[in-house]
Amino acid sequence: MRLALRETLIAFRRTPLLSTLSITTIAFSLFAFGLFGLVALNIRTAIADVESRVEIRAFIVDGAAVEAVAAAMGDIGAFPEVGEVNYVTPEMALEKARIELGEFEDVFEEGVLPGSIEVRLRPGSRDPETVREVAGRIAGYEFIDDVRFGEEWVEKLYRVRTVASVVGLALGTAFATVAVIIIAATIRMAVLARSREIAIMRLVGATDGFIRLPFLLEGLVKGILGGLAALLLTWIAASMVDRYFIETIFFDSTLALVGIACGALIGLVGSAVSVGRHLRAI
Amino acid sequence: MIRYFNVTKEYARSGIALKDVSLRVAKGEFVFLTGPSGSGKSTMLKLAYLAELPTEGEVQVSGVSTTEIRRGDIARLRRKLGIVFQDFRLLEDRTAEANIAFALEVTGAPRASIQPKVSRLLAQVGLASKGSSYPRELSGGEQQRVAIARALVNDPFVLIADEPTGNLDERATRGVYQLLRDINASGTAVVMATHNLELIRRADYRTIELDRGSVVFDSADASLPRREAR
Repeated sequence: MRLALRETLIAFRRTPLLSTLSITTIAFSLFAFGLFGLVALNIRTAIADVESRVEIRAFIVDGAAVEAVAAAMGDIGAFPEVGEVNYVTPEMALEKARIELGEFEDVFEEGVLPGSIEVRLRPGSRDPETVREVAGRIAGYEFIDDVRFGEEWVEKLYRVRTVASVVGLALGTAFATVAVIIIAATIRMAVLARSREIAIMRLVGATDGFIRLPFLLEGLVKGILGGLAALLLTWIAASMVDRYFIETIFFDSTLALVGIACGALIGLVGSAVSVGRHLRAI
Repeated sequence: MIRYFNVTKEYARSGIALKDVSLRVAKGEFVFLTGPSGSGKSTMLKLAYLAELPTEGEVQVSGVSTTEIRRGDIARLRRKLGIVFQDFRLLEDRTAEANIAFALEVTGAPRASIQPKVSRLLAQVGLASKGSSYPRELSGGEQQRVAIARALVNDPFVLIADEPTGNLDERATRGVYQLLRDINASGTAVVMATHNLELIRRADYRTIELDRGSVVFDSADASLPRREAR
């Protein structure tokens, strides 16, 4: 291992330009992927934020028994899809409407709005079908006058989310594939640049494993350095967007580590494949 | 030691390089391998250090047969062979010492044993004061001496030399040749491919001549017509 580390350092020292080129290529490939990831993450967060506003509002008939409403709220709160149930009194509804309508606050008179039960659903239960199904169940209570949940809006939101997921997956796969191909080609160049050395190593009796190890270490180190550089570039890009254009969320530490690990893995696998192919060919 | 049994080697692109060759190189022997370019000399040597495997027939090196050898065994077997080329094949960015040490390091030799052995070998090839020189700072003859020292580092039973004097002037050729003779005198077999008929004529070593992939003359084989090496 000590010898392999030394050989790795020698390789970096001997071909500084090629090593820098490899790291830069890895960095920019992962940067492109990172930018895409950042856009995907922000779209996802925005959609999740909008989604969390999906709610069912069940209007209660005038004069409904308070005990019946309270019992029903207990039942509804126990539905597996339901996250939160609140009772909105006619006064609270009026207050809210006046706030939302601002200058037209005078149009409402006392007692014009009915009381209601406001139901928020758990994440994962906000698709149109589930919302419709839960709304139907709530409508079943006899003291419920009407149930609203912005059906059209929920459906549109769900469609946007599905399209974003599919496009995100396709683009993500494409970006990752391009990154892997470019990185593998760069590593292959590094291996070919040292083919003479590999041939000499074999002549003096080095085993394939011995020859491979410094290349794997080199690929790993290049991958980690490239990953770190990509993370830095992505962070700079995100900071600029955040400062000059729109509020942007950056990767959390787990996602950042996953990114660097991806770089390391691509470097390692790229090297293993390139040097393996080369060893089989000679 | 090295035995060829009815060996035929055919390359996909260039066709047949060796045709039904059978011969044996004995322990401690010095053998010249000669013949025109393309006659199969290098292929014979490549088969001996297992850079190639025969298309037909069998080669045995130190009792290991090409019919049953695995890829992993080849590296270990090569440590028992010393290989020298016309173009030296030294690592340009390492000193003479480091080039020789490298061949020991890949075998996992203990660190403490490497430096004394390298110094001894440098002295043996007459380059005791050039250990810290890089190949580009050495003459052709000196580079070949470093390559020979590297080849000897694992105490091989045979030194396989493919045109080792092909790139050298007459003076360097004599020096390298003498070094190979000394190595042979100490018990290591030497198989040397060469075009240099002067060297062959000057010594009374076994000479094998190849032509278009066949052995046309072997001074040790009474069944083949005896003649002067051409």
